[in-house]
Amino acid sequence: MTIHDMPKGRTDGAVRFVVNGKTVNLTLDHRVTLLDALREHIGLTGSKKGCDHGQCGACTVMVNGRRINSCLSLAVMHEGDEITTIEGIGTPDALDPMQDAFIRHDGYQCGYCTPGQICSAKAVLEEIRQGIPSHVTADLDHVTFSDAEVRERMSGNLCRCGAYSNMLNAIREVEAGK
Amino acid sequence: MKFDRPAEANASDRLLVLGQPHSRVEGRLKTTGAAPYAYERQDVAEGQLYGYPLGAAISRGRILSMDTEAATAAPGVRAVVTTLDMDPLPKDSHNVNRLFGGADVEHYHQAIAVVVADTFEQARSATNLIKVEYHAEQATLDLSEVTPPETEPAADTGDFDTAFANAPVTLDEIYTTPAQTHAMMEPHASVAEWKDGKLTVWTSSQMIKWWRDALAKTLSLDVEDVRVESPYIGGGFGGKLFLRADAVLAALGSKATGRPVKLALPRPLMTNNTTHRAQTIQRIRLAADNDGKLIALGHDNLSNTPPGGDGEDATSQSLSFYGAPNMRIVNRVAEMKMPESNSMRAPGDAAGLMTLEIAMDEMAERLGMDPVEFRALNDTQVVPSNPKQKFSHRNFVDCLRHGAKEFGWTNPAPASRREGHWLIGQGMAGAYRGSPASTSGARVRLQADGRVIVETDMTDIGTGSYTILAQTAAEMMGLPIEKVEVRLGDSRYPVSSGSGGQFGAASSTAGLYAACVALRAQIAERLQADAATLDFRDGEVHDGTRSVSLASLASDGELVAEDKIEFGEFRSKEYELATFAAHFVETAVNAYTGEVRLRRMLAVCDAGRILNPITARSQVIGGMTMAVGAALMEHLEVDSGRAFFANHDLASYEVPVHLDIPEQTVIFMQQDDPYSTPLKAKGVGELGVCGVAAAVANAVYNATGVRVRDYPITLDRYLDRLPEV
Repeated sequence: MTIHDMPKGRTDGAVRFVVNGKTVNLTLDHRVTLLDALREHIGLTGSKKGCDHGQCGACTVMVNGRRINSCLSLAVMHEGDEITTIEGIGTPDALDPMQDAFIRHDGYQCGYCTPGQICSAKAVLEEIRQGIPSHVTADLDHVTFSDAEVRERMSGNLCRCGAYSNMLNAIREVEAGK
Repeated sequence: MKFDRPAEANASDRLLVLGQPHSRVEGRLKTTGAAPYAYERQDVAEGQLYGYPLGAAISRGRILSMDTEAATAAPGVRAVVTTLDMDPLPKDSHNVNRLFGGADVEHYHQAIAVVVADTFEQARSATNLIKVEYHAEQATLDLSEVTPPETEPAADTGDFDTAFANAPVTLDEIYTTPAQTHAMMEPHASVAEWKDGKLTVWTSSQMIKWWRDALAKTLSLDVEDVRVESPYIGGGFGGKLFLRADAVLAALGSKATGRPVKLALPRPLMTNNTTHRAQTIQRIRLAADNDGKLIALGHDNLSNTPPGGDGEDATSQSLSFYGAPNMRIVNRVAEMKMPESNSMRAPGDAAGLMTLEIAMDEMAERLGMDPVEFRALNDTQVVPSNPKQKFSHRNFVDCLRHGAKEFGWTNPAPASRREGHWLIGQGMAGAYRGSPASTSGARVRLQADGRVIVETDMTDIGTGSYTILAQTAAEMMGLPIEKVEVRLGDSRYPVSSGSGGQFGAASSTAGLYAACVALRAQIAERLQADAATLDFRDGEVHDGTRSVSLASLASDGELVAEDKIEFGEFRSKEYELATFAAHFVETAVNAYTGEVRLRRMLAVCDAGRILNPITARSQVIGGMTMAVGAALMEHLEVDSGRAFFANHDLASYEVPVHLDIPEQTVIFMQQDDPYSTPLKAKGVGELGVCGVAAAVANAVYNATGVRVRDYPITLDRYLDRLPEV
């Protein structure tokens, strides 16, 4: 391909969505992922880029109450969406109980996968509460919290430091405290 | 401070803060996304542009031409720098393959160009417009095709051949381990600013000084004109020990544009562009008398490396782990043009113990012995390949016995236990990892508000450095941990050991100890008192008659002290310092499908004084988790026709996920080793990855009765051999 063969026409577009309660208006290159919009255009670098291919889960954010891999989603597709990132879950001075539990159970080491793990962990508890079954659910009509459910549902979030069993302890404690 | 004899009782022994289970001091930043990693340093240099790398599409050969016209004319592009624009850049001593420059291609995905543009999308898109003509040459990456080179044994004691030939019980088997990739979660990434002849790089580095020196050498700068900063590192495992292409490309991009440039290696480029753990083929020979005492131990290893490298020395632990009067240890390294094999977590021992500890299991069975007792019987308190050298401390036997008891080790017969569809097995293994230390410096600054600031170029790659250094300073200066601020990973700070080889925690805390001793001496001088009689506690210093607050001592300006620890030869020549563990694993193997599930894991570790039981435990469970990957799934697949690693992303190179990891228990024997450092501590970060894979392999054997000697233990290697159902 040469420069002359490149596609013609509009390559950017306006989009408006809500991030952590604040409305954001952006004009973005259509190729910008939701992850890069958050990190590079809004300055919210808490969501991490581990693979940019939906293979690691470090970019997990909540969109309209569901967790997604934000690297697999183009920003301009999110017109009107409500997005919550790790920065919207809690701050260093006002931790969410899940963040606090991760600290006390040492559910992380290098910290790079951690925001994605915490977003997923909160979503997992909500999914179980809503009765959404998983691959390991024995009775599809009665979804209940268990270690197996957590391990299965968290498996899209890789942690190479290997803090999985500590994360399970943290998630268990948050569930028990509710 | 010179550490030239074993430590005596000292101020670190109080263990008011050290040794206590403090949560990570940077925890609030990491869990809220506020900790800044390299690619996120939007604050440090105005006007950052985006760089994107191009990797070579052949494994060996020459670039004939590169057409950059379309890329240069693409929207937003500020510069295109290609490898043909310059001679091969000088190579630092740690790098085996070169990083950039010249027409020769040494391996697949070697960096051959960088495009700099206003946005990430523009840079990525324009990179795809570069047209490259190659002259490709045949390359190989296949170790099984290699004729092993003749190599002098690393140890040849007694008369190995005669002893092996005449022994009543012997084992002679071939084992293989595959190439593995670090797969740390944060890709290699840098922001570089080349301005007025000076270069600043904000990067992800385990070893600040190595990177600084290498950047100076590679880019022909004075080392004083290079600054490196790396306060947060999203995992390294050896993959970020020395300079990589991301920093070089970002620097070249900045030089070309006059603007700061940031660049991350795309995940699919990382495996072949950076380093990996080499594949190995290992022959192990064991011979024992009828009572189970080892008579001979032979370990012959073959791995591969680019010319000039070391490969993976899987024999290293065999020189020291088990006592045998006749030993022959040979490490062979085949040189080939290939992606760089180099250090990955516990280089050598991790791959060596994967196989040696299967061999020990097999040998125990041939002897009709419990594998725990067989190992305990062959324990040694001197280095078998050099019996004059004693271990400073070695409590491996207690690890074995204590672990067996805690785990409920029953040494069941192979394929003897079944629960429903599942075959249940127990497996165990021993672990050995050296405990080196290296020179490490630090600076401490007592502030007017009574706080102490610690500055050292030490790094925290998830290991807990921030926390154990804060604990060290707090202990030494009699402060609560909240009164200590630790600043790491900046080349403006005193040079430390850095993070690698399981030496970081022991060395860097010892260096900080030395700096704190210097600060205490300064305070004593100011109080005209004898430093040895001063008692530092609760933010005050007491000399028996009076109490002075630390804050008041700095009221006219901060007190600054700096020192480094240097380790004497007694530590490495007279004594052997090492860490030991016993690992126990229970597996369930599906009788119909062969699926392996782990049920529980236990590690009992003998690793000196534990500076922080939380972070030390996390290091061990992290190693155990990585070892589960090594046992059951991790395998860089060699494309033998094209000589590259084909599964170069996180979808095709599988690492353990939540569902793979069961309950993990870690027990520390908690015994000080005064021969190690003034803090009597040793490393623990690599011990956890050693031996565990073999414990899993032995448990799979115990469950099924099927022995697999080639890692990883995937279905294709044993499904057709499972017991009849």
